[in-house]
Amino acid sequence: MTEILNYDLVVVGGGPAGMAAALAAKDNGVPEEKIIVLERDVRLGGILEQCIHTGFGLTYFGEELSGPEYADRFVKLMDETKIAVKLNTMVLNITKENQVIATNKEDGLITINAKAIILAMGCRERPRGALDIAGSRPAGVMSAGQAQKFVNIDGYMPGHEVVILGSGDIGLIMARRMTLEGAKVKVVCEVMPYSGGLQRNIVQCLEDFDIPLRLSCTVIKVHGRDRVEGVTIANVDDHMLPIPGTEEYIPCDTVLLSVGLIPENELSKQIDLDMDMITRGPKVDEMRMTSQPGVFACGNVLQVHDLVDFVTQESQIAGKGAAQYISGLRHEGVIKTRGQNGVRYTVPQSINLDEKEDVKIYFRVGNVYHDKRVVVTCGDKVLFNRKKIKLAPGEMENVIIKAADIAEMTADQEIVVSIEEA
Amino acid sequence: MVYDIAIIGAGVVGTQIARNFSKYDLKVALLEKESDVAMGTTKANSGIVHAGFDCQSGTLMADLNVKGCRMMEEVATTLHVPYERNGSLVVAFSEEEMGTIKELYDRGITNGLTEDELKIIDRDELVKLEPHIADNAVGALYAPTAGIVSPYELAIGAAECAVGNGVEFLRTFNVGGIIFEDGLFTIGAKDGRIIRSKWVVNAAGLFANLIADNFNNEKFKVIPRIGEYGLLDRDVYPLVTHTVFQCPTKMGKGILVAPTTHHNVFVGPTSLDMEDNMDGRHDTSVRVGALRETYAAAQKSIPSVSARDQITSFAGLRAHWVEHDFYIAPAKNNDHFINLIGIESPGLAASPAIAEYTENLILGIMGEKPAEKADWNPSRKAPVFFRTMSPEERAELIAKDPAYSRIVCRCETVTEGEIRDAIRAPAGAVDLDGVKRRTRAGMGRCQGGFCGSRVMEILSEELDKPIAEITKFGRASDIIYERTK
Amino acid sequence: MTERKLICVACPRGCPITVYMDDSGEITKVEGNTCPRGDTYARAEVTHPERSLTSTVKVTGGKHYVVPCKSSTAIPKELLFDAMVEINKASIAAPVHIGDVIIKDILGTGADIVATNEID
Repeated sequence: MTEILNYDLVVVGGGPAGMAAALAAKDNGVPEEKIIVLERDVRLGGILEQCIHTGFGLTYFGEELSGPEYADRFVKLMDETKIAVKLNTMVLNITKENQVIATNKEDGLITINAKAIILAMGCRERPRGALDIAGSRPAGVMSAGQAQKFVNIDGYMPGHEVVILGSGDIGLIMARRMTLEGAKVKVVCEVMPYSGGLQRNIVQCLEDFDIPLRLSCTVIKVHGRDRVEGVTIANVDDHMLPIPGTEEYIPCDTVLLSVGLIPENELSKQIDLDMDMITRGPKVDEMRMTSQPGVFACGNVLQVHDLVDFVTQESQIAGKGAAQYISGLRHEGVIKTRGQNGVRYTVPQSINLDEKEDVKIYFRVGNVYHDKRVVVTCGDKVLFNRKKIKLAPGEMENVIIKAADIAEMTADQEIVVSIEEA
Repeated sequence: MVYDIAIIGAGVVGTQIARNFSKYDLKVALLEKESDVAMGTTKANSGIVHAGFDCQSGTLMADLNVKGCRMMEEVATTLHVPYERNGSLVVAFSEEEMGTIKELYDRGITNGLTEDELKIIDRDELVKLEPHIADNAVGALYAPTAGIVSPYELAIGAAECAVGNGVEFLRTFNVGGIIFEDGLFTIGAKDGRIIRSKWVVNAAGLFANLIADNFNNEKFKVIPRIGEYGLLDRDVYPLVTHTVFQCPTKMGKGILVAPTTHHNVFVGPTSLDMEDNMDGRHDTSVRVGALRETYAAAQKSIPSVSARDQITSFAGLRAHWVEHDFYIAPAKNNDHFINLIGIESPGLAASPAIAEYTENLILGIMGEKPAEKADWNPSRKAPVFFRTMSPEERAELIAKDPAYSRIVCRCETVTEGEIRDAIRAPAGAVDLDGVKRRTRAGMGRCQGGFCGSRVMEILSEELDKPIAEITKFGRASDIIYERTK
Repeated sequence: MTERKLICVACPRGCPITVYMDDSGEITKVEGNTCPRGDTYARAEVTHPERSLTSTVKVTGGKHYVVPCKSSTAIPKELLFDAMVEINKASIAAPVHIGDVIIKDILGTGADIVATNEID
């Protein structure tokens, strides 16, 4: 028989999002012994455990920490509470009645009745299959994150001569890591005309080590029968199609892919939450509640963040939202948000009209822009209008909507974030 | 060691022949040049159990296809292999193509299909069967008994059954040469191993003609023909539930859109003749342009099929004999050496019948039928699929062994227990891809990104091998190298 | 007068900074930074570039084979690979705690190599 437990709040995922959400729920009045965090790995911390580089925590802690150090701050806080944690535990499904079914070796199948659930499963890397790379299917093609785990956690070299496809941050970070550990990183290819990673990573991970970054360039073929023996790269045109005559063969034994992250939304889809086709996460209101009452989402499962500091902030909102929900607070009437003119998406996708506090709307742009204005309107009213020197798809932006403005809104209106000429 | 029968090639044909002979009191060896079963044509296959209407009437291919299709459900069910009688449709987009449909229908009847097994349907019926079919589809040939089977799991199931009944599975036995002396074959592997056998069954797929040539200079012109596929996310299902063909062309059965037994939808295959040499037999490179064209072609049948949903693409090679028939017969001057040549599509559908035909051929030449084992088990231990179990079944399973309570592969919900089973099974998995084919760990939308290193740890434990020696698919397919520190 | 354009690496914000120098190489102005750390970074970058270093060190007797580590302060950029040689030679016995000093004053830079995770 399966064990049935009762908790006010079940947090799915014990990474930075899950921990911050659980702690915030406690700080907002949920009894700590009525909160449980379910984590699939052997320890709390999530992906931060393998992100051993520094750059975490500047916004939140005002100091520069490595991933494990950032995680440990929250692990220590968790340790001081009576919040229950189950490690090596995978959630199998969530029901419409907010029941969580999970499994682990110690307890077997567990059923938990929850008043509220916070989804904090993080994200995962896009695999190769989604890309059109010609050629054979040898060993040695892996995601940058997989290589990161081999090097930083398991202590193994996944290759010696490396080509990296995609200039996402993990790819850039791994270019430096592999180089420092003795591998030769031959080139980083980016199919877009701009990098998807942070500027500082291009400087300190590539330029510092003279690793070339080729923009508008991609791997068109993988060679090798057993293990990768080389790749053919080529420049691409405006339609991202390889330009004949630009092919170049590069011998290597490893191809690392850093071609984007996708929210880990198996559970969200399974409980049939309204999903945002662009973020690939569930649609949420400003408290990060999804379309299923009592189910909240935060962190990379909601939208892929660049900075863990923002994950923490967002998760604290979700934790507070869950606490309010558990205490019985219900909202009526929402106003929708959306992006246009180059704004690909907005999070939250809706705001409750009775919201009494300022709301931060996060968004990403679809291209690189210089000297433009970020304009937010609601009906005829301009809520925000500020000049930005630079906007890039790799960097998440935000605008603040004032509580006073929300108080004047009606459900038939919408909040529109757009990029306008300066 | 002297065997009664040595079978070369552990594809879907070789493994089923091994299974058929495992019921007799015979010493049988199954020789495979790779580290696992199903590593050749069987691995990258459409998985279609064709009804048998489009084979040239009067050929062995037509006969064995029709028979094999009728046998498949029983074989697959007995071996606990995913099989579904989903039916196939050949869709016509013009009245002219309806003419082709009629020809196919007539041919099917000539090939021995009954009127229950083959129907011509109009657009209305077609739309009922496939709601997402293109607006300009006018009708179809419907074969309700056609099915889908997981090709590599069929080979795995047959091999487990065979090995469970005493067949010896010799991995990485890459046949270098065969000589016949004093009524006995001596078979040498390229690594120096030697076995002797009274009979040889050459079921080496793409390499069968090379082995036949090597043995006694008997020549068959077999061309490696590549087929590329795009596999879509399971979310797409039920975009199609039947196997949806277009009217056939000279190069094959044309582009199809179909579900797999695990309800991924796929498009393909392309068709291109490769060089008739070793490189041509090893090059399973996917061509991007061809795959793009495939999607475009597939959209003719099902307009909403999209490459955006692709989770992986792959290519397989088929052994195309220029005579375009199955050739199953003793070698010139030696009736104890049986060649199976040109086993290409519908080879999978025909495979149970091919195995039976080969069995009967050998028994006929033997004259006296060997004794049957009293304790022969036609099946194998049913593999556990946690993902498809009810909560009650899951609880029961976990109570028996907590290894089933640890999920290793998130995308496909595969437990540690299933992975250990796959490794411990007769002819079990020895590498990452072997585990993937048996359990689906790594086959989902993240393609092993999360579970790969965890599966490697389990393989390392079970096989008592350092983790750095665990490969993707044998040979030199190393995944990781030395310690960083 | 010369100017050098830099991307600040002091934090993930990545401000574009311009450093103006006179003919003798003396820094006359730093522009584009949004915090004092950027100013410090830019001045150092044009005179003696420094980087913080992160890697892993072998653990003996622990649950994990390696522990992540970092340099307690930035070290001269040209010493990164020499520092890696030292780090690859080092090891530490479990249990390891965040902040445990693994190598003191690496290569005389004044920076320590410290553990950045807990290993039982």
